[in-house]
Amino acid sequence: MTHEATPLVEVCGVTLQYKTREHLVTATYRVDFNVHRSDRFVLLGPSGCGKSTLLKAIGGYLRPTEGDIRLKGVPVTGPGPDRMMVFQEFDQLLPWKTVLENVMFPLVTSRKYRPRQARDKAYDLIAKVNLSKFADSYPHTLSGGMKQRVAIARGMAMEPDVLLMDEPFAALDALTRVRMQDELLSLWDETRFTVIFVTHSIPEAVKIGTRILLLTPHPGQVKAELNSVPRGPGDSAATAALTAKIHTMLFADEIEERTDV
Amino acid sequence: MSEEVVQRPEIYREPLSQKQFGIVEKPLSVFERIYDLSWLRKLFVLVVIAALWESYARWLDNELLVPTFSATVDALIDVAVSGVIFTRAAMSLKVLLMGFSIGVLVAALLTIFAINTRIGNDFLETMTAMFNPLPAIALLPLALIWFGLGSASLVFVLVHSVLWAVALNTHAGFRAVSTTHRMVGQNYGLHGLSFVGKILIPAAFPSILAGLKIGWAFAWRTLIAAELVFGTTSGQGGLGWFIFEAKNQLNIPEVFAGLLSIILIGLFVENVVFRLIEAKTVRRWGMQS
Repeated sequence: MTHEATPLVEVCGVTLQYKTREHLVTATYRVDFNVHRSDRFVLLGPSGCGKSTLLKAIGGYLRPTEGDIRLKGVPVTGPGPDRMMVFQEFDQLLPWKTVLENVMFPLVTSRKYRPRQARDKAYDLIAKVNLSKFADSYPHTLSGGMKQRVAIARGMAMEPDVLLMDEPFAALDALTRVRMQDELLSLWDETRFTVIFVTHSIPEAVKIGTRILLLTPHPGQVKAELNSVPRGPGDSAATAALTAKIHTMLFADEIEERTDV
Repeated sequence: MSEEVVQRPEIYREPLSQKQFGIVEKPLSVFERIYDLSWLRKLFVLVVIAALWESYARWLDNELLVPTFSATVDALIDVAVSGVIFTRAAMSLKVLLMGFSIGVLVAALLTIFAINTRIGNDFLETMTAMFNPLPAIALLPLALIWFGLGSASLVFVLVHSVLWAVALNTHAGFRAVSTTHRMVGQNYGLHGLSFVGKILIPAAFPSILAGLKIGWAFAWRTLIAAELVFGTTSGQGGLGWFIFEAKNQLNIPEVFAGLLSIILIGLFVENVVFRLIEAKTVRRWGMQS
């Protein structure tokens, strides 16, 4: 199979620019990286390094001014259901649909499944994120963490080539965040989906990622692409070492500052 | 002065299980429960108004100026029994619904055009700026020349009165749809009409509903005014014409009965039809409290 050799997502020399009212802002400058099947690929960097913009470009919401992005060798030209997005905002669920309908909706509109199969599939995924009891609730009755779980279920139900997650846990409280990270990892253990995950938290990156791309800000450029520590018991020393290493790399030229998890 | 830190012991407690205290609740008093019913509160307001009307009319004692509430109700019952009021109301409603639905349809087309193209956007903005302030009734003389006497002229002015209010609100609603919802829709591969139908319309539903309510009220007013001023426009005449006729015969209780039935229809549409739509949609979705 040649599939194993060619990466799933190729980002080659991508420069991203967007216009504000007064300026032309360069968000990233000639960024290269490859994401392989079943990677948990983390884009990590301080705010202003263009990591979210980069993810939106992979999602097809904006075109690179230079370079190109390919999914399975085909250039990305626009948004599509083969790259499902999980946003940071809690309002990403459609308020006029119940949890079940929210998860079903893309399955049906993309003609991937017939309504009845879609319903079964959606129930399945909702059970996986432990929300079976809330399948018929409307989003406004759920907590922030529950909404994000629905969004993840919705993304995974589509079985996209790659799941794009834009700081999905950033707006959650610390306890819920840790639980969500654990849940995401156990979901990955089951299906081994490919995910590109944006975060500004170093511990989160080390915990979630198999491979971590470090970006420097203004404009975003690749600083390093690291392997994360393998998960398992008794690796806390390795984790701490990697966290410290990333911290020095990102903040090498800055004054020591403390960051929260 | 040195501050001494007082060492306090840590406290641990075992929370009681729920069985030990049961469900805590206190029944509401009868008055509280009755006061909670919104329809009852509204009914109370109506009863007070009716009582004030009745006592003022009795004190004035001039049926040609203000008939009593009871006389008005009697007149209303009379015309209801003879069926006149129903045929007149049906006449009005028929024309009204025709004008209203055509207006909403055209508004939908204009807004979809406006949301998808820049020139459509400019067109809608210019047209609403020009025509929204223009009272629909002012176009009736012109409409009478173009379409002649009959319901076509009425429908024309009704469309005018509905169209701009609905289009303006819908367009504003579409533009206020959150970027996240738009991106979610695009992510599913929706575009064009399916994007409008499956994302924009439900997301903008609160504004669309507000537009429909305003449009409905505008249409209702325009219709009655048109029937009053140009009474004979539609062959048989509706409620406005009914009021006009009654006034000519100096049958003032019947004039009031006509007005009352207009009010009743308005109350019904607002409190039953629109309330029901709201309960089924925006309230249920948590988009409106």
